[in-house]
Order: sequence, then structure tokens, then C-alpha cells
Amino acid sequence: MQGLRSGDTFAHVVTLLCAASILLVTVALVHQLYINSTSPIHKFGFRFLTGRTWDPVSGEFGALPFIYGTLVTSALALLVAVPLGVGAAIFLSELAPPRISNAMTFVIELLAAVPSVIYGLLGIFILVPFLRQYGEPFLKRTLGFLPLFQGPMYGVGMLAGGLILAIMVVPFIISLSREILMAVPVEQREAALGLGATKWESTWQVVVPYARIGIMASIFLALGRALGETMAVTMVIGNDPRISASLFAPGYSIAAVIANEFTEATGNLYLQALIELGLVLFALTIVINGLARIVIISTTQKGSGH
Amino acid sequence: MKRLSHLAIIIVSAALVFTSLVAFHSSPSNAAPVPAPATVMLNGAGATFPYPLYSKWFSDYNKIHSDIQINYQSIGSGGGIRQLLSGTVDFGASDAPMNDEQLGQSKTKILHFPTVLGAVVPTYNVSGVPQELNFTGQILAEIYLGKITKWNDPEISKYNNGVSLPAQDIVVVHRSDGSGTSYVWTDYLSKVSTEWQSKVGKNTSVNWPVGLGGKGNEGVTGLVKETPGAIGYVELIYAVQNKLPYGRVQNAAGAFVKANLAGVTAAAASYATTMPEDFRISITNASGKAAYPIASFTYLLIPKKIEDANKKNIIKGFLAWMLNDGQGAVEALSYARLPKEVIAKELKQISQIQ
Repeated sequence: MQGLRSGDTFAHVVTLLCAASILLVTVALVHQLYINSTSPIHKFGFRFLTGRTWDPVSGEFGALPFIYGTLVTSALALLVAVPLGVGAAIFLSELAPPRISNAMTFVIELLAAVPSVIYGLLGIFILVPFLRQYGEPFLKRTLGFLPLFQGPMYGVGMLAGGLILAIMVVPFIISLSREILMAVPVEQREAALGLGATKWESTWQVVVPYARIGIMASIFLALGRALGETMAVTMVIGNDPRISASLFAPGYSIAAVIANEFTEATGNLYLQALIELGLVLFALTIVINGLARIVIISTTQKGSGH
Repeated sequence: MKRLSHLAIIIVSAALVFTSLVAFHSSPSNAAPVPAPATVMLNGAGATFPYPLYSKWFSDYNKIHSDIQINYQSIGSGGGIRQLLSGTVDFGASDAPMNDEQLGQSKTKILHFPTVLGAVVPTYNVSGVPQELNFTGQILAEIYLGKITKWNDPEISKYNNGVSLPAQDIVVVHRSDGSGTSYVWTDYLSKVSTEWQSKVGKNTSVNWPVGLGGKGNEGVTGLVKETPGAIGYVELIYAVQNKLPYGRVQNAAGAFVKANLAGVTAAAASYATTMPEDFRISITNASGKAAYPIASFTYLLIPKKIEDANKKNIIKGFLAWMLNDGQGAVEALSYARLPKEVIAKELKQISQIQ
């Protein structure tokens, strides 16, 4: 009896330490980011978040163009990746024959492991020329009345950035959503079919809502990757800290500017401004995730799993 | 089940303890295999531009003096200066000389030793124009300010008689990462255009008025090659090795010079008499008919006072070797050698290291 109890306590303590260590790392990270950005915080305060100029020569730093670029590319990425990913996951879990489903899943999980630089090369050599020669002119011809699709077409730009991010996060959405969908109890499907629903009705109106929370979790993961993605984005986004209405225009994201300018940043203010950008990205991620969770909690229905 | 999980926890904990003990007792941070007792290691860090050359030099020097190993990390000029100021490396390397603010942060005086010369060239991709184009400093500044926007602008045509330039939009490409190449380019534009000087200025990273940013020489080249009507700037070495088309630039004497190693050395030589004692000088827009206007030194940053007598002698020995024999190896790698007047002055500066 004594042995059982001490084993319990030991397991309790060890797992508590594991969980606490993650929290500790996060707190340490935020702390380091904060104490290493005192110079720009002191000089700019909240103007840093609304400033539009990034000028290392005159010492004027503003984060708004980078926040804008990060948000636009991530939003575009999710807009493209979520329907594609969830649709593919539904196909693979519900409608495809098991052999095809397993083979394709294997390939998709390999894609999730491809390093981001490779996606960057894919972007430079395939996506960007395609967009410049066919994609962007097509969008301009058909939807050119919208301010989103106006202006010179370079190939590189926020559209390319958003699309390459979409390609990168789709495997995450597909593989996680597929697992979640396959874990929906058979009874739910059978009950729907038994009540006279077609295969599609049973899938779309019973199985998917049941798996809603898990699918949302996969979208969060995708969003997290999209917000922080560095190499692939910097290779195709044009690296120009400008806020434009058009998706054809070049832009800049927070992760990209830190990766580009950190090693050569001379001067305390410049270096710390880049670190403060890291802090801003951290805060941005928390805010977006928080907002998304509020949306989910307020729309969660009874009868959804997990 | 409980027995097994207990066992698993004990094994994992033991493994963790064991590996951490091994890590604490293992050899110190430098990655060299167990050296012969007399081997001395020197550590340096800094600019990426001269890295291929420094690699060769340090390995050649090690062949001559097998007990001396010099290790160099090309983390960028900014990183090199930071590591030198914090004392984690024995010497630094930078394309741009340290400014007064940085020198003020150092505990000991830092000496600048120019090692080799580099140049920056304008490369372009204009539809239907395979020839070499002529550029003046004013034209380049106005293109990069966004004031000249088409290739058939009268300003450009004026200096390119006989070339039919299309009415194509100019797509400006610059470096997105901080770089010595950008420093040299913006330094040159600051000298030839007062508007550039007041609006933008010179630095390894600036607030570019227009243009797309590419990461590294490769990024700029990729963008220029793929985008019709693009213009960008790259290191001369890079352009030569990758067979990129690049234009002629007008120098201060009015001649249009296509960048080559002799022209770069000539640019440095024209400043030899006005060279300050500490070698911190910009050699862009040099005078002299053969001088190429967009050239620069790259420097080794050596502390004036070195505590370790052994290291001090090694550094002095290396610098002397570098200025004499080492210069012979530079042209094979497409770097330009230092002019002899500068070499003579540097040899004198070596004696200042104590």
C-alpha cells in the first residue's frame, strides 16, 4: 500500500515539473525580450506600434508595416488553407477508400516535415514566376476593380507570401483534422444514416460539427506557424516595409525583418528595436489566439466531442 | 505495470544525470580535437564579404605554421564588432570602419587594418538590351530615389547613344539584409547626390524609398534575373563568378569605367596620400581616370593592447604575412589587392600593437 502511494506522489511531482518547466521557459522568454528592449520602449512608447517608418539611419522605428504584413499574409494563408485543408481531411477520412486515404496521408505528413527554406525555393522558382506571368494578370483582368488587385505586378509581394504560407500550413490542417474526424464515434454516423441522411448530410451535419473543437485546434496550430514563419516568407514577400491596399504590392513581416537585419544591426537602439518587434509578435500571437478561443467558446454547442 | 513504469522513470533519470555529468566534464568550448601542446587558437568573427579569402589565408597560414590555428566565423560585420567589443573574440572583421560611437564603447583602442578591396556593380535586366549600359552617379541615385522610373528616360539615353532602350518600368532591387555591400552603395550615392544624403543617408541598412528587397547577393540576383526591367547592385566578385551582366559607372574624372580589379586598386591608390592614420576612410567616388567609383576596403579590427604575449606575436606575424605573401592569393579569388602605399603604412601600424 505504501509503495502505491509514494509512486503516485512521485509521478505527480515529475509531471508537475514538466508542465512547470514549459511555463518557466515562456516566462523567461518574455522577460528577456522585455528587458532587452528598454531603449525603444523608453524612446517611442506606444508610438512604436503605430509608427510607419523604419529608418536605421535616423533612428526612427515603427512596427506598423510589419504588423500589417504579418496579419495580411497569415489571414490570406488561412483563407486559402482552411477550406482546402478541411475539405481534404473530410475526403480522406470519410469518402476515400482506405488504401488511398492511407497513402495520401503518408505523403501529406511528409510535406509537414519539409524545411521552410525548401518552401522558399519552391516559392522563388515556381510560385513567383507563375504569379507574375499568369496568376496576377488573371486576377487583375477579372477582379481588377477591387483595390486588392491593382498596381504593378512583380510576382513577389503579399499575395505570394500568403500563398506560400497556405501551402506550408495545409499539411498540418489536413493531418490533424483527419485524425480528429476519424475519431468521431461510429455510432454518430450510424445514427444519422439510420435517420435517413445521405452520406454527405451525415458527414457535414453530424460528423464535422462533432469534431469542431479538434479542427479548430488544427487551425490554431496552422495560424501559429503562419504568424512566425520566416525564411519562406522573406524569400517571396518583397521585403519592403510599406502598407498598401493591394495584394500585388511588396510587404514585410515581423519574422522576416528580424531574420534579415538582426546580424548586422549596429547600435543599441536598432538592435533593441528588433527585439521589441519580437515582443510585439509574441503579444500578437497571444491576442489572436485569445480572440479565436473566445469565438469558439461562444459558439460551442452541446454534443461536440473532447 | 507499476514496476515497469518505475523502472522507466529510474532509467530516464539516470540517463539524464549521466549525460549532464559527461557534458560538464567534457573539453572546453573550442571544437578543436585534442591539440599538440604548443598549438595556439585564435578566434575571430565578422564580415561575410571577405570570408572565402580569409578562409584560404588562415588555412595557408596554418600550413606554414602548423602550431597556429585561426578560426573565423562569418556572422556579419555588425556581429563581429559586437563580439569584439564584448571581448569574446580575439579580432573582428568589418566592411565598414567602426564609427566613433562604437570605438568609444571599447575598453582598449581598436586598430583598423585594411586587408583587401571589393567593389559593387549595378546589374540589370532590360528587355532587348544585351549591351553594357553607362550609368552616372546621378542616374543611379535618381533611380534608387524613385525619380527616374522608365528605362527610356532621356537622362539614361543621353549617356547611352546607340542603345535602343524600351519604355519599360524600372523595378528597383536592393538588399533586405543589413550588409557591407549596401553600406558601400549608399555611401557612394550619398556622395554623388545631396538629395540621397539628406533623405536616406548611408548605413548597412537604410529606409529605401522604393524597391524590392532580396536577401543576400543571391536574393538580389534572383530578383533581377526574374523580373523584366529590374536593376540591382551586387558584389563584383559575385557578378564575375556568376557571369552577370553589369554596367559601367562614371567616375569622378568623368570616365565610364567597367569594374575590374585594377580599377578598384586604383581607387584605393588615389586616396593613399590623404589616408588618415587610422585607415578609416571611404574610397568611393575616387579621383583618377582609371579608378572605379564604387569600391571599398574591408578591415580586420585588432585591439591595440593584447594581454597574451603569445597571441600578440601571432597576430603581428599574421598581419605581416598577410600584407606581403597573402596579397598574392587575392586576385585568384577575384578580390583586388591593396595598393603598395597602403601596405607600407599598415606595416608601420603593426608596431603599434602592444
